[in-house]
Order: sequence, then C-alpha cells, then structure tokens
Amino acid sequence: MLKLNMSKIEALYKALAAQQSLYLPIEKNDKVDYWRWAEGEDVRLTVQNTNKSPKNLFFPQLENMVAFNVEGKSIEIIEQELSKEKFVLMGVRACDARAFAVLDRVFLAEPVDSFYAARRENGTIVTLACSAPAKSCFCSVFGIDAANPADGDVTAWIVNDEMYWLPRTEKGERLTESVKELFTETDDAAVKAEQDRVKKEIEALPFSGLSLEGFDGEHMKEIFARPEWESLSEACLGCGTCTFTCPTCQCYDIRDYDTGHGVQRYRCWDSCMYSDFTMMAAATNRPTQMQRFRQRFMHKLVYYPMNNDGLYSCVGCGRCVQKCPIHMNIVKVMKTLGGQKK
Amino acid sequence: MTARAAALLADGTVQRVLGWEKGDFDYDLTPAFFETADELKNLVYGDYSGANLSKYLIKAGKKEGKTLVFLKPCDTLSMNQLMAEHRVDREKVYVIGVGCKGMLDHEKVEAAAAKGEKKERLELMLGKCQDCKGKTFAVSDEVIDDEESRVEFGGNRFSKVAELEAMTPEERFAFWQSQLSKCIRCNACRNVCPACSCNKCVFDNAASGVSAKVNANEFEERMFHIIRAFHVAGRCTDCGECSRVCPQNIPLHLLNRKFIKDIDEIYGDYQAGESVNERHPLINYTKTDAEPSIVYERGGRE
Repeated sequence: MLKLNMSKIEALYKALAAQQSLYLPIEKNDKVDYWRWAEGEDVRLTVQNTNKSPKNLFFPQLENMVAFNVEGKSIEIIEQELSKEKFVLMGVRACDARAFAVLDRVFLAEPVDSFYAARRENGTIVTLACSAPAKSCFCSVFGIDAANPADGDVTAWIVNDEMYWLPRTEKGERLTESVKELFTETDDAAVKAEQDRVKKEIEALPFSGLSLEGFDGEHMKEIFARPEWESLSEACLGCGTCTFTCPTCQCYDIRDYDTGHGVQRYRCWDSCMYSDFTMMAAATNRPTQMQRFRQRFMHKLVYYPMNNDGLYSCVGCGRCVQKCPIHMNIVKVMKTLGGQKK
Repeated sequence: MTARAAALLADGTVQRVLGWEKGDFDYDLTPAFFETADELKNLVYGDYSGANLSKYLIKAGKKEGKTLVFLKPCDTLSMNQLMAEHRVDREKVYVIGVGCKGMLDHEKVEAAAAKGEKKERLELMLGKCQDCKGKTFAVSDEVIDDEESRVEFGGNRFSKVAELEAMTPEERFAFWQSQLSKCIRCNACRNVCPACSCNKCVFDNAASGVSAKVNANEFEERMFHIIRAFHVAGRCTDCGECSRVCPQNIPLHLLNRKFIKDIDEIYGDYQAGESVNERHPLINYTKTDAEPSIVYERGGRE
C-alpha cells in the first residue's frame, strides 16, 4: 500500500491531469458534481455524496449516435466517432463504483454498446472509501462495503490527513506507476483501523437493517400484484428526479433531430416515470403512474437481479431518498412490501 | 388536526383526508390520502410540511365523495386558482386552513448542522417561506391556527427580481445561463406546479415538434423554463413549489416573480388565486389598461 500526505494532493491532481483528463467532485453553483479539474477549482473530494452520480462520464445524458445528410436523392451517413478522451475519475464512492458493474452488464453484454465501451476502456476509476456515511446511505444492504470499495481500478482511503492508495487492477497499476514518485510505501494498519471504525458506523445507520427477503424472481408475480403499489405511488409527481440522479438507471431514448438538411440521431436519458416512456406504435406502454412507478422498483429489486445472477440494481447511494420532491423512495417501497427491519 | 380529521371521516362529511404522511426522518414527509382513523395516526403537520397539497385535489376530484385537505395560507391561493380554472370543484373539497410558522428546508438545516452553525429559524426556512406572502386564508371551511402562526415575517419578495432588473443585459444573461445550465430536465418544477395542469404538456407530446427529454443546447435550456414562465403568467400564485422541488436548486420562482412584478406595475397590484371569479389582468380588458407604449416603457399606471 502507498500513502501521500493530503498537503500534497494538488501535486497528485497536477501529475494526473498532465497525462489525461482528471474528473473530481468539484463545487460549482452550490452543487458538488464531477467536473474536469483545472487549477483553482473548488475540489470537494470528501463530499458524501455528489449531487449527481458519475454515470454521465460513461453514459452522458445526451450523446450523438449518427447523422444523415440528405441532398436530393442521396443520403450521406456520417458515423459518430467514439470518444478518445483518456481520463481518471477520482473520488468515486463504493456505491457509485458498484453502479458501474450494474451498467456494464447492460452496456457491455452482446451486442456491446460501443459508445459506453469506449469510455469505459478510456477511464480509470479511483474509488474513495467512506469515512462519514450519511443517514440516507444503505449500500451495506446490497452487500457493498463502503469502508473497502471493491470495484474500481484503485482504492483510496483518507485517514488523518494521509491518503492511502491501493491499485486493484492492471489499469490501476499503470496509473499508480505513473505517479509513484509522489507516494511512499506503507503498511495497512491505519486503513484497517479506519475500516473497523467505519463499519461500526455503517451498522448503526438507520437503513442498515433493511431486508431484501422476498425481492427475487420466485416472488415476482406476488410482489407485482401487491395492492400497496397504489398508495405508494399516489403522490408521485411523475418527474425524473430519481431516475436522473440514480447511478444505475440506464434507460435511454433515441430521437431524431431535424437539422434542416438531414437528421442528427441522438440518445438521451429517459425515465420510466415519464408518460411517453417506451411509447410505440402498438401503444403498449404503461398508461398509469402507478404502473410506471411499479416498473422502476420492480426493475431495481426484482427483474434486474433475476436476469443478472442476483445482482441488485440499487446500490443504496441514497440520492433518491434525499432528492425526491415528495419523499417517496426505494426504502419506503422496500419497507412497505416486506423488507422490514431485521 | 388529527382528531378533527378523524371526526369528519367518522361522521361521513368527508371520505378521505389529504395531508402529509410521516417518513423515516423528520423531513421526509410524503403527501398522502388517509381513509381511516388508523391511517390518520401517520398524519404529520410540522416543520417540514412544505409541500403544497392543492394540486392533488385535481386527482381527488375524480374520486367518490368529499376530500378533506389541509392547506397553509399560501396553498389556499393555489386551490382558488385551480377552482378559477375549473380544475377543482369546491363542492368536493372540505378545506381546513392550518396556521404556518414558515416551513424548514432540510438541506439548509443539515448544512448548518454539519458546520455546527446555530441559525435563526428564518435562515433555515424554504426560500418560499422566507418570502412569505401572508397569513390570510383565501379559502377555508374552518381554520386551525394559533397566535404564533399569525406572526408575519415576510420580507420584500421582489428584491431579488429588482436586483436582476438592475443588471446589464449581459450580466443578467450570464446569471440565467449559469443557473439554467444546471437543469437536468427532470420536469419536477412543471409536474409540481399547480398552474401546470394540462392533461398533456406540449413538451411531452411527440407530435408537437418541441417535445424533448434533454436540453440539447443552451437555447433549449432557456426555452423550456421561459416558455413555462410565460404559460403560467397571470395564473402563478407564487407558491414557490418550482424552486422547492428543483434538485439542482435553480431559483425558478424568480422568472415567475418577474412577471408578477410587471403585472403589478403595469396593471395594478394583482394576486392570482385571491379571487375565484375574477379574470386575471392578462386576459381581461379594461378601459384603464396601460397603452402598449406605456407597457413597453414599463411603469404603466402610476
């Protein structure tokens, strides 16, 4: 394991940014989100959590896919170049890092999504273990260890003004090699002690006792038919706050923009909460807000794990808990439908 | 409140109660319909009952019988406006006005707690409450309040608008550009807005040619919010829900408030929702209306 005194953190940012783009939690306009770092930026590395998840670094809210130019009877097809930007994404919490594993199963399964794959290939993820989990956090429910993030290419811990650094993958090793002179070798005693402390803090969080019992393929029809969906969804505004701040929501819409001399085809994040979500000529989409609401939570807690070896597509980051305008969220759904406290 | 609601449910005056339901923390109250005395145990009215329940009355109107609703003074203006637009039927609603000391903003409370700061209640309130429009109930069947909730504290709600007006066009443009570029098009502002009650919004209608789920460029960022502000002009009661629900903390209410300030200055003071039967100044003609030239120059009727 390596370490670096936090007083030298700017030197690390500079060294990383000298080789590739560096994205960090940065405060702009009162919100901390992942922005490309430049000297003088207001870095908030230890924020718990960023306002939006970092998924847009791999899966942007808006992305051009292909364009068509029309001239008379000829159509020119202009392919969209894949992103070539090499980047480091640093400060990612365990929950958001696990979310990439959830997205990978969607976008990297055959047929591979080349846009996502290119960004994933070009990006190196440095996770940061949590030292002060929020009251709305519940990643441990999904088997995620915030004190020891297992996903990502490098794991970092900040303990008493020291940053500890552990490469996890080949990509992580390469990144570490390139900035190694900034670090010194150390043992993992401080990190182990910090992990024990944080684990106790996590166990004591209000949502740590949530149970996932019954949220599986076997109970799919039973959960789907529960009458409580009506009252749970009653106040839902049908906005996209939960889906757009969620690190694992991956649905998108593909649209054509009329450029006047052809078409720009793009994709953008979609929300199952929206009335025109998956609208098709056959009119098979969900006509009521209850059905849309149910879809979101069935997808997170039942359909996704059914199709992905039990991996849940909620990572317990708590953004929906904090941000839903009417304070309905996955925790309340889980509690109402059976996931009572142990 | 709970006892009164239970009594009105029991004697059949109302079939359900629309209020705020207890959550896991103090701040996460959810608007909910309560149908039994047992369910009413979860009814909460407290520091975090900021949500304006009046728009849910559109939904409640489609149900059998009467709905009891708890409305704060500012919320009653929204209900009146919805009645004026024939979206809510007075006959189907039993209104209990509830006194309000100003609702808290959990983000402000948590931020202050995190920094160990001790702040005055006013500083921790929702933005809409800091600019409280008063303690009068525009509509009610009965009122439950106390001395404390009648204390007025609102400042000048147009001061920020005046600040923006005093800016150069370039400065003002930069202000709105930086704010609106934060927009993620979640539509929370529109969906919560009592004045936005179209069955199908033009921005959701694929056949409209302007439907969109994302802001493709700065033009679209501005277009959505500015069109929305125009659409609700004259009907917006300034309930402030748009800014309360914005996950990106965009001060959207300032767009609406600019229209309200202009209407006040050009046509005389007007509060949407104060009366149910009046036509608002933008759809009404009177001989004393300001001439267009006066409107252009601002100032209107002095």
